[in-house]
Amino acid sequence: MVGVVKRFGSVTALDGLDFDVAAGEVHGFLGPNGSGKSTTLRLLLGLLRSDAGSIRVLGLDPWRDVAALHRRLAYVPGDVALWPNLTGGEVIDLLGRLQGGQDRARRARFLELFELDPSKKARTYSKGNRQKVALVAALATDAELFLLDEPTSGLDPLMEDAFRGCVRELRAQGRTVVLSSHILSEAEALSDRVSIIRAGRVVETGPLEQLRHLTRTAVTADVAAVPPGLDLLPGVHDVVVTDHRVSAQVEPAGLGPFLHALASAGLHALTSQPPTLEDLFLRHYGAGNDVDVDAGAAGGTVGAGVDGAVPRRSGDA
Amino acid sequence: MPDTLAGTGVLIRLGLRRDRWLLPFWIAGFALVTYSTAVAGAELYPDTASRVEAATALNATASMVALFGRIYDPTSIGALSLIKYTAFMTAILAVLMVVLVIRHTRGDEESGRLELLGGGRLGRDAPLASALTISLGANLVLGLLAAAALAAGGLPAAGSLAFGLGWAATGMAFSAVAGLAAQLTASARAATGLSIGFIAVTYGLRAVGDLAEPGPSVLSWLSPIGWNQQIRAFAGDRWWVLALPVVLCLVLVPAAFALRARRDLGAGLRAERPGPSAGSLSGVWDLAVRLQYRVLLAWAVAFVLFGVVIGSLASNVGELLNSPNAQDLIRLLGGREALTDAFLAAEIGIMGVLAAAYGVSAANHLRSEESAGHTEALLGTATTRIRWASSHFVFALAGVAALLLLAGASIGAGAAFAMGEAALVGRSTVAALAQVPAAWVVTSVALAVFGWAPRLAGAVWGFLLALVALGEFGVLWNAPEWLMDLSPFRHSPLLPVDSGGLPALAALIVAAAAVAALGYAGWRRRDLAA
Repeated sequence: MVGVVKRFGSVTALDGLDFDVAAGEVHGFLGPNGSGKSTTLRLLLGLLRSDAGSIRVLGLDPWRDVAALHRRLAYVPGDVALWPNLTGGEVIDLLGRLQGGQDRARRARFLELFELDPSKKARTYSKGNRQKVALVAALATDAELFLLDEPTSGLDPLMEDAFRGCVRELRAQGRTVVLSSHILSEAEALSDRVSIIRAGRVVETGPLEQLRHLTRTAVTADVAAVPPGLDLLPGVHDVVVTDHRVSAQVEPAGLGPFLHALASAGLHALTSQPPTLEDLFLRHYGAGNDVDVDAGAAGGTVGAGVDGAVPRRSGDA
Repeated sequence: MPDTLAGTGVLIRLGLRRDRWLLPFWIAGFALVTYSTAVAGAELYPDTASRVEAATALNATASMVALFGRIYDPTSIGALSLIKYTAFMTAILAVLMVVLVIRHTRGDEESGRLELLGGGRLGRDAPLASALTISLGANLVLGLLAAAALAAGGLPAAGSLAFGLGWAATGMAFSAVAGLAAQLTASARAATGLSIGFIAVTYGLRAVGDLAEPGPSVLSWLSPIGWNQQIRAFAGDRWWVLALPVVLCLVLVPAAFALRARRDLGAGLRAERPGPSAGSLSGVWDLAVRLQYRVLLAWAVAFVLFGVVIGSLASNVGELLNSPNAQDLIRLLGGREALTDAFLAAEIGIMGVLAAAYGVSAANHLRSEESAGHTEALLGTATTRIRWASSHFVFALAGVAALLLLAGASIGAGAAFAMGEAALVGRSTVAALAQVPAAWVVTSVALAVFGWAPRLAGAVWGFLLALVALGEFGVLWNAPEWLMDLSPFRHSPLLPVDSGGLPALAALIVAAAAVAALGYAGWRRRDLAA
């Protein structure tokens, strides 16, 4: 997707969105509620029509080549609505046949894996079970591309774990998965690359390791004597000292000097928390500090709102 | 206030806010229509002689009596002007009240909105109580406004009030019916179907009861719509009859609350049973059939029953006109056969409108499936938009044709049985099938609205009602000819149908195809509504 704009009346949902997924990767698509994740996925499916920009999915135009494209992909909507008077099994089979066939063995295996009773009427399913119906229907197909819109919403942790196993399996088979989420640990655990969307624009794209450069590691250390001037070191923030304990947020570039200072002060214990996507989120969506944060980070334009100023950091659309 | 009613006030405000366009529109519409009828009636029948003549003719025509009821005081201008309002418009009012009550009770329950609210301080009985309160208020305002409109139109005040209160009480009785139905079924659609079926049955009861000689038989007294007629506004103003719908409410409303207390949120009275764990639906067409066939079956049963009853009435036609003058008139018009034809043609015309109503409701499945989010899952597969939309649209078209075929055959069978003329079966079947293209035009309008302005799907009902109103009252209202010509039903050939009707039928089919193509074009290019 290049420069995609989508308006709903006077509301601009996507404002020059660039989004690119490589074949065979698991791509995490992250953003808070209302940032345009579902709109993007619906555009990729041709359910919505873009107002500007170009979209190619598997080399096809999703608006015009619907049937040909959809035969090769599987979709799980963010809000799974089922026909109340059909059973889960009937819905799975219907969607599978519309898709162009699903594998009976896979269907049976996933039903078992997700512990789903297919003989119940959809009216009686809980949110998590409705989600499982949609997941089984999608996973049992032989698609090349899986578009999953917040696929684990409503699933319990055990089922989430089962789902992760499924995604890893898909990747091992060389299939492409796009996984939208606001649950960061999920994307972090599964994704080869992530894109972060905010207010209708992709503001970061790249492999997780690359994005971690943008984040700070939380370090807590017990030392014999706290050395002075820690908070003056470059890239070290939010230093808190209580007796012999120091905690701080440290940028990747500042880790070396910071640890060196701690080591020379007689280090007893050290815990460090790897940067999570929560940090990325906080920096992009947290109050107040967006602009200065991005100044050092590969020229992002978060919050600047200048048209066309979003640099493409990876890949080619 | 008991705990089970907690939050009723909040829900009433919410309901009024959601209905802030719908209710004023309905109420103003009913008041305007009654006013214009009161004014027009006085112009049409300026003196007692003309009133008596018109009233006698109406009372002597079985089809008119079956459809609208009798005029109990031939000298009363009010009773004559409002002949089409005591039963026919009352049934429409009843349908609106059913829609209103179901939408705020079972509809919200099915969609899960009540569950969202149920987390707050909301009593079990609050949704039903608020829906009934809103409909009580709406009925009272509507009835009193109608009474004021009639009085302003020059009719006697007492009769106007009796008429208005009759509407209010009858509307409330059907609100109570809907409130009860909402407790019985797990889906809003089924509850609406049940309630509207009840309206149809009560309408049919009074039709048969009113035809009995000399006056209404006990069957009319079994029907709330019959009660409304027996108030006899402007023809005796029998106030005590108003107590009957009130008593019905006093029985049904507590029963509805008692049923509500016995069931869980979201459940019907019967527990869900497990179904097949593997499905046999192999595509969107199968799905459309699965989602729609039950409703079509119910319509088909109603059409056949209604058709047989109406058809068997044909034998009464003409016998009721015993005066020498009337007999001369009949001979002039072409004898009894022509009169029978005119009667059957009128009935078949009504079946055409009803079939169009079915077509709209079936085509509007497109919109309800879309807003329920089901369409998103289907279009995520290899199914194209056109194929999916066609599944429901073609089902609607086929259903319309099947219903009219059944209607024609059963009207013909009823008439043939009553009069001993087997040829009537073929004649009325052909005549009913001639109504199909007009009903298809209306069905296609539903598709066009879905394609271009899906949010206005409900407005298609308004369009159909406007067509019916124009057909029924257009002449009375002095509507311009071109406006009445907009109605496809006006162009359907009437009995006896011969080859002369073919150009009109062809034109209607072309119009339906054009409107449908327009609808498809809109659907192809618009966004899926989230």
